[in-house]
Amino acid sequence: MSVKIESEPLFSAKNLKLITDPINKNNPITVLVLGICSALAVTVKLEPAVVMSISVIAVLVLANVITSLLRNTIPARIRIIVQLVIIASLVILVDEVLKAFAYDVSKQLSVFVGLIITNCIIMGRLEAFALGNKPWASSLDGLGNGIGYGIILVIVAFFRELLGSGTLWNLRVIPESFYIKNGGFYENNGLFILPPMALILVGIIIWIQRSRTRELIENE
Amino acid sequence: MENLISIFVKSIFVDNMIFAYFLGMCSYLAVSKTVKTSAGLGIAVIFVLGITVPVNYLINEFLLGPGALSWLSPELADMDLSFLTFIMFIAVIASMVQLVEMIVEKFSPTLYNSLGIFLPLIAVNCAILGGSLFMQEREYASLGEATVFGLGSGVGWFLAIVGIAAIREKLKYSNVPAPLRGLGITFIITGLMGIAFMTFMGIKL
Repeated sequence: MSVKIESEPLFSAKNLKLITDPINKNNPITVLVLGICSALAVTVKLEPAVVMSISVIAVLVLANVITSLLRNTIPARIRIIVQLVIIASLVILVDEVLKAFAYDVSKQLSVFVGLIITNCIIMGRLEAFALGNKPWASSLDGLGNGIGYGIILVIVAFFRELLGSGTLWNLRVIPESFYIKNGGFYENNGLFILPPMALILVGIIIWIQRSRTRELIENE
Repeated sequence: MENLISIFVKSIFVDNMIFAYFLGMCSYLAVSKTVKTSAGLGIAVIFVLGITVPVNYLINEFLLGPGALSWLSPELADMDLSFLTFIMFIAVIASMVQLVEMIVEKFSPTLYNSLGIFLPLIAVNCAILGGSLFMQEREYASLGEATVFGLGSGVGWFLAIVGIAAIREKLKYSNVPAPLRGLGITFIITGLMGIAFMTFMGIKL
């Protein structure tokens, strides 16, 4: 092994892997089962799902960097409470920013912004990665995991909004004249607006992902 | 009284933490392999929700909400500390969980042995923080209502996790397509259970 560690390029293959891995093989939602709690309830429409993903990415990256900077000064025994304080302060910031600049979406997200605090992805990444790695690598890890989380959210929201309301990002995709009430043949599938469909959609995403990447299959 | 019963039933069936809001899904999916452990976790959740929601109600009422500090002196009547909600609630939850753990360990070692490993996990269970945040958002009128809401949400969570654990125990004997095994099928079954629970939605109390 060479001694020149400092001259590692910013986007070396190892660092890029930190971003790409969580998107498929180590996806936080479909493989590691983290952070489902606050994820699914915001997927009725595309817009709140995207806002939620961006908030989670922001909190995750910043929390990872801060924890990584402090990693040598945090006593191991009280690290959980330190992490909670870091996360909670960041979430308060995100909440205030949303209230100021995107008030409607922040009303729609209601308690789920606050629940980013207990989102296990964030705690999990802080524990598993940021406590043992340098700030730059930690920020990439946060970004990768945040994107992996966001992708699932956006896929679920895409199908729920398209099939449940016939719109995407509040723009009409299926023309009004197709609907039965206007003399057409089409009707929205109301089931997609209801919570259970989010779970079933995630189940189907897992099914597709695992039949493509067979090493993820669980043997019981 | 009728009001309390209505809140209780509603929080168990209609606004079920798992099927309607997906709260506490992480531990719900991870711990639901056997009925026995999931019942243990479920009881711990009822316990902690029943304590933290009323405590946070008092904190919200007398510390954080708009004008809540007016009992200290009239000049503080227009103070609004509600931006501190998240950090206060999570601090209360973490310390209550620690406190409950110590009390249970001291007075009931058997209960501690069955709940012990789950209690620390619960501090970061979204259902607990979610319970407190919903309590704040829905503006319950009295301490009694908040307590009943907390207990009801806990019971709803308990029902959901014991139900899925029972199904998963039976599922061992069935032939699930390989890529769906484990996580995938659990999601789909939870969705189907959610549809079943939605029949309660029409209930008017």
